Amino acid sequence: MLGLRLYMAQRLSAMVMIPLTLGHIAVMIYAVQDGLSAAEILGRTKGSDIWFIFYGLFVLAVSLHAAIGLRVVVHETLGLKGRALDVFMWLAGLLLLVTGLRAVLAVTL
Amino acid sequence: MIRPHRSHPLWIAYLLHRLSGLGLALFLPVHFYVLAFALNQPERLDAFLRFADDPLVKVAEFGLVFLLAVHVFGGLRLLALEFLPWSPRQKTMAASAVAAAFLVAGTFFLQAV
Amino acid sequence: MTADSNGLHVDVWRGSGTEGRFERFLVPMQESQTILDVVAWIQQYADPTLSYRYACRVGMCGSCAMMVNGVPRWTCRTHIKKVIKDNAITIAPLRNLPVIKDLAADMDPFFDKWVAAGGVHHPTRDRNDEIEKLSPATPERIETDTGIECINCSVCYAACDTVSSNVDFLGPAALQRAWTLYLDPKDADPGVILEAVSGRGGCHNCHSQGSCTLHCPNGLNPMKAIAGLKRATVSSFFKGGR
Repeated sequence: MLGLRLYMAQRLSAMVMIPLTLGHIAVMIYAVQDGLSAAEILGRTKGSDIWFIFYGLFVLAVSLHAAIGLRVVVHETLGLKGRALDVFMWLAGLLLLVTGLRAVLAVTL
Repeated sequence: MIRPHRSHPLWIAYLLHRLSGLGLALFLPVHFYVLAFALNQPERLDAFLRFADDPLVKVAEFGLVFLLAVHVFGGLRLLALEFLPWSPRQKTMAASAVAAAFLVAGTFFLQAV
Repeated sequence: MTADSNGLHVDVWRGSGTEGRFERFLVPMQESQTILDVVAWIQQYADPTLSYRYACRVGMCGSCAMMVNGVPRWTCRTHIKKVIKDNAITIAPLRNLPVIKDLAADMDPFFDKWVAAGGVHHPTRDRNDEIEKLSPATPERIETDTGIECINCSVCYAACDTVSSNVDFLGPAALQRAWTLYLDPKDADPGVILEAVSGRGGCHNCHSQGSCTLHCPNGLNPMKAIAGLKRATVSSFFKGGR
């Protein structure tokens, strides 16, 4: 159900996300201090190459990581397997990738 | 009710990692959907952020930050378990991961209110 | 049946295949009584048709494991005092294995996976060669020593929830066996072992829940062994292996 390749993709994407997540949490704690507003968030992120790379990489890694994680959960709890399980994993990953990249573009372009 | 063969700290840590991962995977598409309002409906993003000033929503946000933090610190523990030389202090590390997640989510909550 | 200070209320699983139910027996309490003693008493004095499996009675053979109050245990070395609750005990066949009859589980899947995990020695010499001398002090050998006292009782296999939710998963005992063989310098082809533990049901499916290590009656640590296999397969992948 989970061979070496998927395992490696899962663990490598996790390692990539550890600094990204800690950074994201730090930004959240900083940004939430005086309440959130669209102007404040977008003022920080719009037109910034660094935030584009930061969150772009984040979305790539999380799509991979969550799709594989959901594959395991769905197999172990619902018993889905074989081709159906592969299709489910790819669809879950694509959904996260497409909605995620759209969000990154929306706040950084 | 947790069955007898499962009632030990590392199994609870596993359950926490699975539930937090599942919760985050379900939350992310919603998170992305709302952020994408910035593209052509900035007024809807602002309306949503005003809704987030509600104290109940703050508590929910605390929950989300906790899910994220506990998954990250729990994941760090698993990476250490799998890739570093074996340590017999697995229960301590699992407890520390939960404690660190509470600390981080608590800090967020205190800044948010 | 009323509660009796000298009697144990024992609920025993009766049935074969997927059919069955618990049957209650009243068993006299004795000094230094084990779960296996309780089961043997029922078979000898209450119901001779009760089926169960045992051989050595001293924790060497690994044949008497059962679920006791929902926890897998070696019954010959589990004193009732350790598990008794309100004068009652529940005894069932090992989890995660098909039931043959009553308390006797079918161990075939457990041993099939033992072989599937590459748990067979691949020799480098034959009987005409001199015996290879190994130092007991190498790190590999010290690590191997922590995993070779397995008695194949299947307690870890019954404790593992990954086994129950993923039918292909090889399980803690088989993977620990593979790990000790992988570390053996006398093994001719450690790559074959890494291949065997990297498939659909391989070591990468383990979630490190640790129930195997917690319940192992011999105090072994299959969770550590599986982590070792994960590390070995990953480094072999980076070195351009398989």
